[in-house]
Amino acid sequence: MKRKGMALLTAVLFTVSFCGCATVPKDALTWGPETMAQRQMQTRKFATNDEKKILSACAGLLQDMGFNIDESETKLGVITASKTRDARTVGDFFTSALLTSILLVPIYPDDKQTMRASVVTRLFGEQGENMTVRVTFQRIVWDLNGRITRQERVGDAEMYKEFFDKLSKAIFLEGQEI
Amino acid sequence: MRRITMIALVAAAVLFVGCATTQQRLLDSDSSQVQLRSIQTRSFDTTDREKLLRTIIATLQDLGFVIDKADLELGTVSATKLDFYALRMTVAIRPRGEKQTLVRANAEYNRSPVTEPEPYQQFFTSLGKAMFLTAQQVD
Repeated sequence: MKRKGMALLTAVLFTVSFCGCATVPKDALTWGPETMAQRQMQTRKFATNDEKKILSACAGLLQDMGFNIDESETKLGVITASKTRDARTVGDFFTSALLTSILLVPIYPDDKQTMRASVVTRLFGEQGENMTVRVTFQRIVWDLNGRITRQERVGDAEMYKEFFDKLSKAIFLEGQEI
Repeated sequence: MRRITMIALVAAAVLFVGCATTQQRLLDSDSSQVQLRSIQTRSFDTTDREKLLRTIIATLQDLGFVIDKADLELGTVSATKLDFYALRMTVAIRPRGEKQTLVRANAEYNRSPVTEPEPYQQFFTSLGKAMFLTAQQVD
């Protein structure tokens, strides 16, 4: 009986603690070892102080990439954009079907993903004669049941390089690494 | 008999955790508003709204957030960080006296409000470094 009592107590404590475990990870709001590297990868410097021109070129570039502009605030140099795309793959579909038939509970394959981007421009230099452009991407993936299966930042060095190469061409200015 | 008690207790624990009403969720009225405000607010010795907001945006980007929305006139910035979790944050500024500006941040982590002080401390420390100013506690 005593052991059952312990089991009960454990079950209750587990339930309570499980529901209360929503704490922010310790490193979520601090500078990490990769912070600087991320910043360098996502940022380029341009020798211009024409913020509107750069922002409008960025908006055009995002459109080229199939993004729709969600919000913009020119006075703060911010554009946010998003696009929704298919996330279904044949492999994923078969894995789900296989798992469903083995486990006898529905395992849903990925269905769609929303990709988000934000572009931020910032003047710098003694007289604000230069400008940095920083772009960041993330995505959310939903399964066929409408549940989020993945939410993560995306983008590698190659992708950022391509983005800034295109931007350089659009504004006839060479982007320099910071 | 004991077994029934056990099941009842476990069920009660589950129910108890999930029984907040919509109104409580809407108002988040279970936490002390005054205490929370003090955790979420710092004051900076600057009156340059644009510079402050731009620094807030840059700090959020450094911390891995993607900006959702920014408004110079209203003085607000919202951003989301996705890193297998979702951390959403809104930062709002307003003038305090003639030389200072108040910065207030609030955050939600997945489905819950962030009410513990550490994450806010960390955010304001990062912001202070970026501003070259010290974040001052507000009474």
